[in-house]
Amino acid sequence: MSLEVDITHPLAGFDLRVAFEAPGGVTALFGRSGAGKTTVINAIAGLLRPQAGRILLSGVPLFDAKARVNLPVHRRRLGYVFQDGRLFPHLSVRQNLTYGCRFAPRGEPGPGLDEVADLLGLGPLLDRRPGALSGGEKQRVAFGRALLARPGMLLMDEPLAALDAARKEEILPYLERLRDQSGLPILYVSHSVAEVARLATTVVVLEAGRVVRAGPAEQVLSDPAMVRQFGLREAGAVLPAHIARHHADGLTELAVSGGRLFLPEMDQPPGTRTRVRILAHDVIVADRAPEGLSALNILPGEVVALREGQGPGVVVQIRCGGDLLLARVTRRSAEALALAPGRRVYAVIKTVSIARTDVGAG
Amino acid sequence: MADWLGPEEWQAVALSLKVSLWAIVLSLPFGILTAYALARWSFPGKQVLNGIVHLPLILPPVVTGYLLLLTFGRRGPVGGLLDDWFGLVFAFRWTGAALAAAIMAFPLVVRAIRLAIEAVDPRLEQAAATLGAPRLWVFATVTLPLILPGVIAGAILGFAKAMGEFGATITFVSNIPGQTQTLPSAIYTFLQVPGGDASALRLVAVSVAVAMAALTVSEVLARRAAKRVSGA
Repeated sequence: MSLEVDITHPLAGFDLRVAFEAPGGVTALFGRSGAGKTTVINAIAGLLRPQAGRILLSGVPLFDAKARVNLPVHRRRLGYVFQDGRLFPHLSVRQNLTYGCRFAPRGEPGPGLDEVADLLGLGPLLDRRPGALSGGEKQRVAFGRALLARPGMLLMDEPLAALDAARKEEILPYLERLRDQSGLPILYVSHSVAEVARLATTVVVLEAGRVVRAGPAEQVLSDPAMVRQFGLREAGAVLPAHIARHHADGLTELAVSGGRLFLPEMDQPPGTRTRVRILAHDVIVADRAPEGLSALNILPGEVVALREGQGPGVVVQIRCGGDLLLARVTRRSAEALALAPGRRVYAVIKTVSIARTDVGAG
Repeated sequence: MADWLGPEEWQAVALSLKVSLWAIVLSLPFGILTAYALARWSFPGKQVLNGIVHLPLILPPVVTGYLLLLTFGRRGPVGGLLDDWFGLVFAFRWTGAALAAAIMAFPLVVRAIRLAIEAVDPRLEQAAATLGAPRLWVFATVTLPLILPGVIAGAILGFAKAMGEFGATITFVSNIPGQTQTLPSAIYTFLQVPGGDASALRLVAVSVAVAMAALTVSEVLARRAAKRVSGA
């Protein structure tokens, strides 16, 4: 199941001209406000008719301007989760969840009400009205409602943007479970690098109506050319890892392709696959193995590329084992260390955060 | 109550209730459709339709009544056809009074329902469509329940207007006791004859009572519907 999008549409200020492919997994459509993300997702859902182009789901055209195909919204079978939930205020949570069930094709496999309620923790809410739910609860119901309509794919338009940080943290694990257990491809529109790093397998970067970069999340996020799009504070690489062992002093040892990383104790058993995020401004570059440092996480590597920005900073891409890291250093340091492609260096990592844990994928 | 009112008075009250109920039953479905079209669709001639709907509100009722007579009278273009095809006669019958009341109530019905439809977030209807629901189903399960308070308000407003309709009715179907003499026509008639004041006053009391009852019922229904819709 994959989605192919190739559309043009005039917008205020610029023309949207977008072509990308969303394979299985979570494809993040990333871009700043006004980049055209919502236009793209609405065109896919059928809420907006693009001027030209085509949209295929598993090879079947949902829209094709040349062939004059434009499937109505209700026949596209795409579960859409809106930023603002859009629950039906006059129906109970249970009625909201089952609203799309009667239109689901007969015999289509998929979870039932009980399973979805279980997956998203909705059991105690079923008989309530949407007006009596918190923002996070509403969004969970919206996920379940889209899922129960048995869609071929899920579309999510900044589903966490309206929530505060605490609610986001509360809802993200549910979203991860949804992603891992439903097996549905998800197109996830977001302007939050943290969410993209945590959820996405594929990233499409949109800027002023154009796709400026698309590819596997690890590659796009560690591309120094994308630092401007992700923002200096948020830019950083994600690395696949697995839990090697737990130490008695409360640290968990993670294996990445370039070495070992130590983090505060994690709950999962050894062998669990996970993904860590290392922000560019959390990496210090050294030209020899540092001694006498309190930092635990030091990976040897080789400079692949440098990219200078507007200010005094330089973004250095470092290959550590099979993975790429980003480090932000000053231009002065880059010159002092004679950083250039091919140079052997050590990446001293101040902070590592767990970007995502693949539940059950031992 | 039947004892308290004379037979002629009772007849006028019963006829008015019948005429007004029919007027609402007739104008509600058309009213909802028209209100939906005006609120949600864009089509050529939308302003013209809007104007025509509002005409009975603006024109002197006598003019509306006369236009009805010309159109729906036995010799009128529409009235003649309806008589030939269905044996449906409006002129000087209670059916005509119901038609006149429906036409006069129509703008009020449409206005109330249109306001309610405009208050419904179209994004909820979009959400329903993404869940696989065809348009008509979306209307029946999302839009209609959400506009119910407005529909009730429109129906009550229209009913009150129909109960009070005088000018168009008397012009179109005259003032025939038992056939087309509604409450206002009866009050008017009693006031024209010596000693009719008492009868007129009793009918005025009935009018007030019916109006108050309709208002109370609508308040209760609308509050109940609004509570359902608010989602609390």
